[in-house]
Amino acid sequence: MAREVSAKPLPQHLLLKNARLIDVLNRRDEVTDILIKDGKIEKIGKIDQPGADTIDLSGKIVTHGFIDMHVHLREPGREDKETVWTGCNAAMAGGFTAIACMPNTTPPIDSPDTVLFVKSRAEKHLVDVYPVGCVSKNREGKELAEIGNLVEAGAVGISDDGDPVYNAEIMRRALEYVKMFNIPVIEHAEDKQLSNRGSMHEGFTSTRLGIRGIPSISEETIVARDILLAEYTGSRVHIAHISSGGTVRLVREGKKRGIKVTCEVCPHHFTLTDLAVENYNTFAKMNPPLREQKDVDEIKKGLQDGTIDIIATDHAPHTVEDKECEFDHAAFGITGLETCVGITLSDLVHKKVISLDSAIDKLAIAPRKLLNLPIPEFTAGALATFTILDLEKVWKYDVSQTCSKSVNTPYHNYEMRGKAIGVIHKNKIFME
Amino acid sequence: MELKSRHLLGLKGMSKEEIELILETAVSFKEVLNRPVKKVPTLQGFTIVNLFFEPSTRTRISFELAQKRLSADTINFASSGSSTSKGETLKDTAQNIESMKIDMVVIRHASAGAPAFLSERLKSNIINAGDGQHEHPTQGLLDIFTLTEKFGDIKGLHVVILGDITHSRVARSNIYGLKALGADVAVCGPPTLIPRHLEELDIKVYHHLDEAIQNADALNVLRIQLERQTSGLFPSVREYHRTFGVTREKLAKSKKAITIMHPGPINRGVELDSDVADSEHSVILDQVLNGVAIRMAVLYLLSSKK
Repeated sequence: MAREVSAKPLPQHLLLKNARLIDVLNRRDEVTDILIKDGKIEKIGKIDQPGADTIDLSGKIVTHGFIDMHVHLREPGREDKETVWTGCNAAMAGGFTAIACMPNTTPPIDSPDTVLFVKSRAEKHLVDVYPVGCVSKNREGKELAEIGNLVEAGAVGISDDGDPVYNAEIMRRALEYVKMFNIPVIEHAEDKQLSNRGSMHEGFTSTRLGIRGIPSISEETIVARDILLAEYTGSRVHIAHISSGGTVRLVREGKKRGIKVTCEVCPHHFTLTDLAVENYNTFAKMNPPLREQKDVDEIKKGLQDGTIDIIATDHAPHTVEDKECEFDHAAFGITGLETCVGITLSDLVHKKVISLDSAIDKLAIAPRKLLNLPIPEFTAGALATFTILDLEKVWKYDVSQTCSKSVNTPYHNYEMRGKAIGVIHKNKIFME
Repeated sequence: MELKSRHLLGLKGMSKEEIELILETAVSFKEVLNRPVKKVPTLQGFTIVNLFFEPSTRTRISFELAQKRLSADTINFASSGSSTSKGETLKDTAQNIESMKIDMVVIRHASAGAPAFLSERLKSNIINAGDGQHEHPTQGLLDIFTLTEKFGDIKGLHVVILGDITHSRVARSNIYGLKALGADVAVCGPPTLIPRHLEELDIKVYHHLDEAIQNADALNVLRIQLERQTSGLFPSVREYHRTFGVTREKLAKSKKAITIMHPGPINRGVELDSDVADSEHSVILDQVLNGVAIRMAVLYLLSSKK
């Protein structure tokens, strides 16, 4: 089902003409030419290079390559849903040059071997894959995983994502232990007792539909706990996929008090509400669930005032069978790699919730700072790692053309203004 | 006048006129049930499957009886446990039914939305016989039918639904149906068993039985599932009975005689005392007979909708 796509090797010289270059690190925003030689930036400025392969990017934007720090690649274990390769293809088609993948695979990424295995599957791809390792052995929340070994093999953070770190003592020790490595603990904030086997947000809609609800406090109590633990240990905690207005307020307050807390939000949590579940639409079932308009409003405020650092997708591919069934039996999660940039440009930038610079920061800079990854720069000699945007392109997402192995998205036919039209990285280019 | 939908998935969104049509049709079928020969040829040649994915005795028997009284051919399928544990998906079940050219499907399922799932995939008429905590529309209709027999007009009638509202599909269907007909609806129960935001349906919420029944004309007492106690939603059956159990003493404090209803099966001595259940104000057994009449009416009205 997945559409086959592949990146092309860059020619020895490639000239990008008339591109609007946005370098948010140096507050640079100008129309210019960029010459790439052997995959590296040779020169930026007014360039005439007869004979070089040239792409006219008039009206298009070239900026730092985007990274999605929250992706489920499903390999090893559920290659019927996604593989590292197809996930990377979807990332590339969606405008990302890098992804960080979550460790809830089978087996989970709790050993150096699995880290190396996942990385090796992406070696030849344009997209960089940075595995996140487990907090605890086998994600059981009982004993710390061999975090040092995981980091050495290439893990860029740790998380038991899919589940919270239930035990506050384990969480405390994880936060203390990672201080040696300067990596964040990424928390899936959810009190499973409060979630009580729910399948959607607890509110008026769940009451009407007769579906067990997951209350906002299920997320917020763990966020509050983790912020206190981060304060006490002086360590860094990153809250994954926040969904509620209450969480935004807690993180805002934590930051104000100087606690090292960061967070990310997924596009569905700033565009959809629990009303999307109407008619028992399992493509609107994810964890954390879609909440209410007041939560969406507070999340937008959080994006605006910097409380929310990062935009990530929580790309969670599932088979048709896992979704075409009773609502409470359906799997949680939706795909997101191919729609994230379009939705961000359309629903945040064009609607003036955040500036284009801020969107680029949340998609390219802030996640790399969090994970201690090199930030793609616009200086001569630097590796050319670009995302190319068409800010005005009006398009509709057609899931039948997806590069992912899975089609579980509520955004089929969703109309957007703004699209990632290409990426350049590792001496390769992908443009459709 | 006819029903708008070819399915009966719930009473939410159903108009006053549609509900009244079903009630009026049920009056004439109830008359059939009181004849010496209780069978009419109305649905001769119709095939109906009763899909019960959840244990049920009275609803299943009531539907089956209604179908037999209408001369339909019926097939029963019962399976406890979810369809996934059985190994066949609901989608496959649906496709099998479609291949067998079944005219109507009555479905009971533990998952809210399962009847809606079938309705999107089948040409047959779908009747919801209870889905999770969502709706149980024929129960709501038979409760309303029983109230009209007793009181005539529903408009302005004070009806209190008592017990575990959160997990009750009966409560939801009653609320939607009664509100459509202009009744004054209230619910009563411990806060742990009342879902959030229920007030948005324009109904009153009480946590004390004596307050709730002060002006009540009818009290619909829901069965309390004993497993709710072990999951921590109320402390003990004894305390539940003390606070919410319907007894003669508690009823004596209200101004008027209150009509007592119960969807069954009753936990005698828990939510309802025997002397109340068997009193002259109880219409519980009328509900059972009316259930057959209502189901005949629904089957008949939907049978002409393709």
